[in-house]
Amino acid sequence: MDNFNMNAPHSMGTTIIGVTYDGGVVLGADSRTSTGMYVANRASDKITQLTDNVYVCRSGSAAHSQIVSDYVRHFLHQHTIQSGQPATVKVAANLVRLLSYGNKNMLETGLIVGGWDKYEGGKIYAVPLGGTILEQPFAIGGSGSSYLYGFFDQAWKEGMTKDEAEKLVVKAVSLAIARDGASGGVVRTVIINSEGVTRNFYPGDSLPLWYDEMEACNSLLDVLPPGGTEAMSI
Amino acid sequence: MASIGTGYDLSVTTFSPDGRVFQIEYASKAVDNSGTVIGIKCKDGIVMGVEKLIASKMMLPGSNRRIHAVDRHSGMAVAGLAADGRQIVARTKSEATNYERTYGEPIPVKELADRVASYVHLCTLYWWLRPFGCGVILGGYDRDGPQLYMVEPSGVSYRYFGAAIGKGRQAAKTEIEKLNLSEMTCRQGVVEVAKIIYGVHDEAKDKAFELEMSWVCDESNRLHQKVPDELLEGAKAAAKAALEEMDAD
Repeated sequence: MDNFNMNAPHSMGTTIIGVTYDGGVVLGADSRTSTGMYVANRASDKITQLTDNVYVCRSGSAAHSQIVSDYVRHFLHQHTIQSGQPATVKVAANLVRLLSYGNKNMLETGLIVGGWDKYEGGKIYAVPLGGTILEQPFAIGGSGSSYLYGFFDQAWKEGMTKDEAEKLVVKAVSLAIARDGASGGVVRTVIINSEGVTRNFYPGDSLPLWYDEMEACNSLLDVLPPGGTEAMSI
Repeated sequence: MASIGTGYDLSVTTFSPDGRVFQIEYASKAVDNSGTVIGIKCKDGIVMGVEKLIASKMMLPGSNRRIHAVDRHSGMAVAGLAADGRQIVARTKSEATNYERTYGEPIPVKELADRVASYVHLCTLYWWLRPFGCGVILGGYDRDGPQLYMVEPSGVSYRYFGAAIGKGRQAAKTEIEKLNLSEMTCRQGVVEVAKIIYGVHDEAKDKAFELEMSWVCDESNRLHQKVPDELLEGAKAAAKAALEEMDAD
């Protein structure tokens, strides 16, 4: 039971993804928040709103990623009021970078900023651990992402439609959930384009079963053969 | 002047009984005595021109610049006390770099004008400061297109199609109003601005002057730059020819 250290910090061993498509972006994430080995929350929302048109996928320490996105949301609010128009995705990403880089010795969080603005359209910016900022057609992050690099190299195509992009994101997150012990639960997606924001939810038992994966079951006893073992027969 | 002797014109922090702040009005006087400064917004950018009065014949041509670059995409032309103007220019530059450092993209011209105006206005609020003895014309090009602002010593700032300050402002403004700015390119605008500056210059009363011009337009790649020498010389020649033609009539 040593592994169940309930005092360990909440961290999001995570799979997060951002993909641009023709006209917007799709963000995706799993929903597992862990405290060491213990799953502290199996349905967390790691795709956080920054402004009407910009969202961020959070990974790493839950506390750190929350405080960074809270600050950025605050600064973007000020900026929106001052300039009298919605902030661009670039401005949001740069604020994230500023905080991540300025506090790199304390922070343990990697973020993917994605959104849509009328000047540049759909944009994805990755801000990984050290606080660099990278504008990318797609970005993956969190512990689960290491299982996805090859998949994205093969499956990502330029000029995808909205549906293709979302299918890709859901598939990728479910693949990572299958392999990465720190990712799991459900898949959440956020689609942002000129028309606005759409949120989608994919329950864990609706996801495809990949190689060697077990069927989802509500009780651990379901794994036992039907009517077979007497659990408490001693 | 009715205000003199009443004691209400000595401090920027004291209103006169009829609600005026005389120190600010005196600051505007300093601007009104300066060489004329013009800015126009053409369809593809901004052109700014200055009638820079030459204080001494021994001064090197091109010194004491009155048009300054404040950011890659915006410039500022100063009328009035040049030294005060440099203070505003320095502040404007730092506001521009500051904005870009925090937000990762160039400062919009509107935002820059607002910030400059706040700074200028700040100097009218404390008894230990005096207002700036200069007005500035700020021209820039951002993602919303070319924009022209003017900031006065009081700290107000308005957006214009065409703006003029300094000695010949009235005549210059009537000339600008005659231009068809929405159809005009900056290349044509340069010639028009040169004509106006030469036209409002009072040969008899004023000292010699140097025409200083800059633009921010598609042709300059949306960067604030000096008007190219050959174009400036062409504009000067056209302006002089127009003057002679007028005199001949």
